[in-house]
Amino acid sequence: MPIQYYIFLSITLFCIGIMGTLMRRNAIIIFMCIEMMLNAVNLLLVAFSKLFEDASSQIFVFFIMVVAAAEVAVGLAIIVMMYRKVHSVDINILNRLKH
Amino acid sequence: MTNLVYLVPLFPLIGFLINGLGWRVLPRTIGGVIGSTSILASFAVSLAIFFETIQGVNTTVVLFDFIQSGNLYIPLAFRVDSLSALFLLIITGIGFLIHVYSTSYMHDDEGMVRYFAYLNLFVFSMLLLVLGDNYLVMFIGWEGVGLCSYLLIGFWFKNKAYTQAAKKAFVMNRIGDLGFLTGMLLILYHFGTLTYTDFFAQIESGTHPVSNSIYNWIALCLFIGAMGKSAQIPLYTWLPDAMAGPTPVSALIHAATMVTAGIYMIARSSILYNMAPDTLQFIGWIGCATALLAATIALKQYDIKKVLAYSTVSQLGFMFMALGMGAYTTAVFHVMTHAFFKALLFLGSGSVIHAMGGEQDIRKMGGLGKHMPITRTTFLIGCIAIAGIPGFSGFFSKDEILAATFVQNPAIYVLGLIAAMMTAFYMFRLYTLTFTGAFRGTEEQRKHLHESPAAITIPLIVLAVLSIVGGYVGLPPVLSEHHVLTSYLEQVVTNNLHHHLAHNTEWILLGVSSLVAIVFSIAGYRANKNPDFRPNTGLAKVLENKWYVDELYDKVIVQPVLGGSKLMETYVEKRGIDGIVNGVGKLVRRGSEKIRFLQNGQVGFYLFAMVIGIILLFSISFFWIK
Repeated sequence: MPIQYYIFLSITLFCIGIMGTLMRRNAIIIFMCIEMMLNAVNLLLVAFSKLFEDASSQIFVFFIMVVAAAEVAVGLAIIVMMYRKVHSVDINILNRLKH
Repeated sequence: MTNLVYLVPLFPLIGFLINGLGWRVLPRTIGGVIGSTSILASFAVSLAIFFETIQGVNTTVVLFDFIQSGNLYIPLAFRVDSLSALFLLIITGIGFLIHVYSTSYMHDDEGMVRYFAYLNLFVFSMLLLVLGDNYLVMFIGWEGVGLCSYLLIGFWFKNKAYTQAAKKAFVMNRIGDLGFLTGMLLILYHFGTLTYTDFFAQIESGTHPVSNSIYNWIALCLFIGAMGKSAQIPLYTWLPDAMAGPTPVSALIHAATMVTAGIYMIARSSILYNMAPDTLQFIGWIGCATALLAATIALKQYDIKKVLAYSTVSQLGFMFMALGMGAYTTAVFHVMTHAFFKALLFLGSGSVIHAMGGEQDIRKMGGLGKHMPITRTTFLIGCIAIAGIPGFSGFFSKDEILAATFVQNPAIYVLGLIAAMMTAFYMFRLYTLTFTGAFRGTEEQRKHLHESPAAITIPLIVLAVLSIVGGYVGLPPVLSEHHVLTSYLEQVVTNNLHHHLAHNTEWILLGVSSLVAIVFSIAGYRANKNPDFRPNTGLAKVLENKWYVDELYDKVIVQPVLGGSKLMETYVEKRGIDGIVNGVGKLVRRGSEKIRFLQNGQVGFYLFAMVIGIILLFSISFFWIK
């Protein structure tokens, strides 16, 4: 399959992920979009690995997955703690950084 | 004693420092005594030096190396020779008399100590000017006398008109100084030295051949300096306004010394001017025009000091006429006699003003001769001398000038003769209106009239004697083989006249001058014996208003300059520079107002910012970094 298809798909997924991060109000949805961005990058890396017959990018994919998992764990923990205070996951309400 | 020549300017400098620093604590009489004795000490040393120069001493005394840089070497040195010794005597001698006069004239003025400090500083600067061995020391003195002139004209600084007159004098002097500086720089550029002896030796030996036009330019630039300092056309209007200062100041600065600095400079540089005939001609015509113009104005002035001021401008014109003909020693001769009788006239007018309680308008005077005999007699002697009546000093010097002009340029001779006619006329008009006839002032003033005290009358008497005998050092060739002044000055400067007069012509000229002087003096007396003071019309009105020259300068020069500076103020200063400086402040403030919105605490916005930042970074690294 020509490499452009993979590139387009990856870009599309990445852009959807960015739009989601910027436009959604629910914090958990934002996390899901971040995951989507990471997965888009993973897809691209694997595709290029096949193109250049080089396995090192596949190793990098593993690293990314590990980091994504760790980040989700920490992020969800923070959201849970904030939910206990404000009883909402709407980011417009979570603007304590201003004070 | 010549080695001690530095004492001559040192004494007035010390006097200036004592009076200048102690004016708050010194009592007034002490200030006067300090001022006068310092000049007396200088006079004593000058006299000793004078006797040495008679025997032919002619040296340079170096104090220290002032400027030494590469090939440029300018020491602070004093030149002692007959020319500078003569001027030293004039300056310190007449200066001393005027200091003594001032102790009485200014005795009830609060600022008397400050006055004597300024006077001493002035004498110090003038002595530097004439003693200098190079143009730079002369220039230091040149600037110094300009400064002191400003300080002394504006002495009664609480009066705004006086301070404006002082400013006018200083600015006009400055314009001339620019010419002097240019001349000095030209000399330095072409000849590499400013010292008189080196410079003149180079000119005479022809080691640095320079085209004629360069000599003319240098001479012209130096003459522009003289124009400002010695009140020639067009830079003369400051001198009549300078009468705002105390009368002894007018006598010292504007009659006897500062205004003669230009003539001293040209006489000193006679070797240069001999190489610049075009400039000499120009100088002659300017002198002639000035002499005529000022004489016409003096005919219709009613302030006693203004008449004398215009008379000074006119006589300075005569001196420059002489210089223009190449008659340098003649001009110096006239400087000497003019110093005597003009100082006498000014001091006499001061005595009159003192007696009239400050009144200076001659229309309100009259018949003062009965009340002030000594002043009357000495003033009369001064008038006779300046009119050029035979036997008195002015006759000899003025006739020598006219003889020189007759030889070189008969047209200038005729114009000079006309100016001499007017001189006799207006001086006797002044004498008649002031001292003869009926008193025209108020009753209050009449009661106050009295002869002035000794400190005033004794200098008058001394100067009167000098005005009579001072001319005998310069007898014309028909009367005596031996011209004392010319032979005295021979080493330094000589006349450079192209022809000589036959004896018959000389007698005729003497006769014409005498006749003119006597006739017009009598005419001046008779025309003003019974005066009536109707308002002037026509030509008389133009003369009374000084040919509207001040108004002309105001329209053509002063208003455009003021307008230009207002333009600069609005556009360059307020909009330009203030705009830039204030603009920086405004920029920072507005910018920060806009950027403040970046920190609103909203998480979503921060994410957005992060994304934008990453995109920007990538694009920069992609496209800009090669």
